[in-house]
Amino acid sequence: MHSGRTGPVIAACLAVVLGVIVLATFGPLLAPLDPAVQNLASVNAPPSGAHWLGTDALGRDILSRIIVGARTAFVGAFVIAATSFLFGNLLGLLAGYRGGWIDAILMRWVDMMWSIPTLLVLIVFAGIIGAQYWPSVAVLVVLTVPFDLRVVRGATLEQVPRPYVEAAKTLGVPGWRIMLLHIWPNVSASAIANAFLVFADALVVLSGLSFLGLGVPPGTPDWGLMLAENVPLLFVHPVASLAPGALIVLTATSMNLIGDWLQEQLATRGER
Amino acid sequence: MGAGDGSAVVWARPRWAIGGASIRAYVARRLVVLAVLLVAVSFAVFCLLYLAPGNPIDMLLGQRPRTPATVSALTRQYNLDKPFFEQYWLWAWRALHLDFGTSIQTSLPVATEIKARLPTSLFLGCYAFGLATMTGIGLGVQAAVRRGTLVDRFVVSAVVIGLSTPVFVSGVGLLYVFAIQLHWLPAFGKGNGFFDELWHLTLPAIALAVPSTAYILKHARAAMLGVLEQDYIVFARARGLSPWRILFSYALRNALIPVVTMCGLVLSSLIVGAVLTEMTFSVQGIGHLLVQSALAKDIAVIQCVSLLVAVSVMATNLLADVLYLLVDPRIRLGRR
Repeated sequence: MHSGRTGPVIAACLAVVLGVIVLATFGPLLAPLDPAVQNLASVNAPPSGAHWLGTDALGRDILSRIIVGARTAFVGAFVIAATSFLFGNLLGLLAGYRGGWIDAILMRWVDMMWSIPTLLVLIVFAGIIGAQYWPSVAVLVVLTVPFDLRVVRGATLEQVPRPYVEAAKTLGVPGWRIMLLHIWPNVSASAIANAFLVFADALVVLSGLSFLGLGVPPGTPDWGLMLAENVPLLFVHPVASLAPGALIVLTATSMNLIGDWLQEQLATRGER
Repeated sequence: MGAGDGSAVVWARPRWAIGGASIRAYVARRLVVLAVLLVAVSFAVFCLLYLAPGNPIDMLLGQRPRTPATVSALTRQYNLDKPFFEQYWLWAWRALHLDFGTSIQTSLPVATEIKARLPTSLFLGCYAFGLATMTGIGLGVQAAVRRGTLVDRFVVSAVVIGLSTPVFVSGVGLLYVFAIQLHWLPAFGKGNGFFDELWHLTLPAIALAVPSTAYILKHARAAMLGVLEQDYIVFARARGLSPWRILFSYALRNALIPVVTMCGLVLSSLIVGAVLTEMTFSVQGIGHLLVQSALAKDIAVIQCVSLLVAVSVMATNLLADVLYLLVDPRIRLGRR
């Protein structure tokens, strides 16, 4: 909202996201200690030289668990954002370009999904088939595709009446070529901006599911699960619970700000 | 994520339903759609029993021993020997009479469990809704009136963080600061009597209200900024009307129209948020029951709660759309 000051803020957000990507990729190599090793001699220890962020109720090193936990936080959200980007773009182009019954059916799907509370669907799903991470990710993709679809369809509808599309049609260019090579480059920017917002939402929902004990299996180092597991430690050493929580907020906020910034850039691009 | 958790994507309210027709016809049409949806949703909820891996008997048995007696009792109770659609019909008929079977965790009727917990959840929801609308609109209007000042900048930055902060993180943070460090508010427990209960639910309600407050604030500020630029505001100023009169009878009334339309979205995000809040603060409400049942695979309770949530979300959306009609005279009178 304050365009003059966004530069440093966006740089900081990009740094946060890059940091999380590095942790998610090389986490096990970077962690000072094994995140799964229990040390019952030093349980619930406050931060010290040996354990920078202390230990949890089973004597596991909090810092190492946070570093390794970046992977479950990032990978699930990334898979959801990427998969729903792929399907959302393909179906959105199809709905916007072809129109007709394809559009009608896809838009009913969008209408249906917009009033469905995602997290509750995932809770019910976990209650029926059991708490499993990847099936939950798959369900989340189905619930998220309409978000991308709607954005891409809207942008495509703006492009279809333009002369270059007419020209390509007249030249006999096949429909799939017009959609992917002519129209998509012009709608891709808003789709990419939307992918960041989808990523932030997916991160929050998946951590929430793990927080409830219905996401990753017990014992996994995961930010949402750590936050829940370490709530009883708030009295002795709050960092154990507050640090993973802060990381969830930091990552989600960064992703949201980058997405908003990209959209703003797009909106003002025509004016310059 | 539609409704979810400070979702960043804003959905436009469907316009298809609003034509020149009168409100009564519109509501009647929406009620018919609602009834059809209800049948579809209840069928989906019924099918949950068959979606589970293994056979329904195992699911309904839970931890109880599998003997011919228990199996035949369950078969009779849930009509498992009847054809599929007849089973659905019998299930739906009993559901209409609020009979959802028994919980495998407590062996109590599901309806009893729900009845015991519903008041707490409703109380928490109304409390958070009140907090979110009052704080959101109040601060949003303040920020718009003081556009560009330090207050505005601070509020706008807080909105960004508030929108990305899930209830379970802000809940744990509030718990630490206000219950453990400052000892201002109780961390857990229910309390006796209205005011004690209000006191005990204050922290959960604040945590639950954070994302909705940020969302309402953002839109209230934007709507107010738009209205303050209008010619009739400039004219009212030129006529020398008092700033309060301009704010309340000219600006606010128009700025609130888009805000009222968001109430549906806010209410359904509160329903989702309540599950996380109740788990964070161990509040014995419906959300707590749902998660407990999901962890224990208590199918009868899951079915009942998901039906309850679906009905509340649908009713909320209908209410928001009708409110939208009532609040905007251009639409109410059939002119656009």
